[in-house]
Amino acid sequence: MTCTEFLAKMTDYFDGTIAKELEAEVRQHMCECSHCEVVVNTTRQTIKIYRDTDVYELSTDTRERLIANIMSKCRGKGCA
Amino acid sequence: MPTPTIQSPAVEEHPDVALVARAREGDTAAFEQLVRQYDRQIFRVAQHITQNREDAEDIVQDVFLKAYEKLDQFQGNSKFSTWLVRIAVNESLMRLRKRKTSRTVSMDEDVQTEEGAIPRDFADWSPNPEQIYGQSELGDILRKTIQGLPPGFRTVFTLRDIENLSTEETAEALGLSVPAVKSRLLRARLQLRERLSRYLKQPEGVKP
Ligand SMILES: [Zn+2]
Repeated sequence: MTCTEFLAKMTDYFDGTIAKELEAEVRQHMCECSHCEVVVNTTRQTIKIYRDTDVYELSTDTRERLIANIMSKCRGKGCA
Repeated sequence: MPTPTIQSPAVEEHPDVALVARAREGDTAAFEQLVRQYDRQIFRVAQHITQNREDAEDIVQDVFLKAYEKLDQFQGNSKFSTWLVRIAVNESLMRLRKRKTSRTVSMDEDVQTEEGAIPRDFADWSPNPEQIYGQSELGDILRKTIQGLPPGFRTVFTLRDIENLSTEETAEALGLSVPAVKSRLLRARLQLRERLSRYLKQPEGVKP
């Protein structure tokens, strides 16, 4: 397996949707190729860091203001 | 707009289905519960795509008002949250197009760029980036980094990796094929990785 082929399989590998025999090849490539091993590890870290950090937070004040606006307009539509 | 149907496995009814049914009958408290469940997610999606806080706040309101008006059109063959995200993506892309009048914004245009297609930085990262940077500094770095991604890439990354939608749900929300989502996701992840490497890689010669 070449590095290019490896990259093409990386998404399926991450998502656990890779075919069994390909997974063995992918793992084998990572053992032999330190570059791809680093790419996999740091990509994993990239995903984790974005998942764990709330990059865009909504303050409680803003949130309540938005919800109040939404709900008052919904009630104005003749429901309830 | 026609909703592409994806095979839905036989699962227990999602609690949202009952809330939607009540909201349809005019129960605004039920609808408010749905708003409170998903407003933060819709805000994050909108902010990631538009990169504009004011727009993102407007989009949160527009999405839920639109959803309320169109509750009858919600088919129940996708998750309610995916349906909302889909509306949010459409609204966000519309706003983005309005702001960038000279340039079209589509899900397809940015596949052309070669950046990030081939990794170049092979330095390993420090295992604890939060020890190098404070929370707020790290937040700045993450925002700046994702901002630089083409809209189509950061949208796919946001839905798939940050909001944890499945590949199929992401495809459905964006009106893309599954292979198209996969290739954008790979490119987005690699570009972000490459850009973050600048900040997070270990100094040369240091081994954990
Ligand atoms: Zn390799």
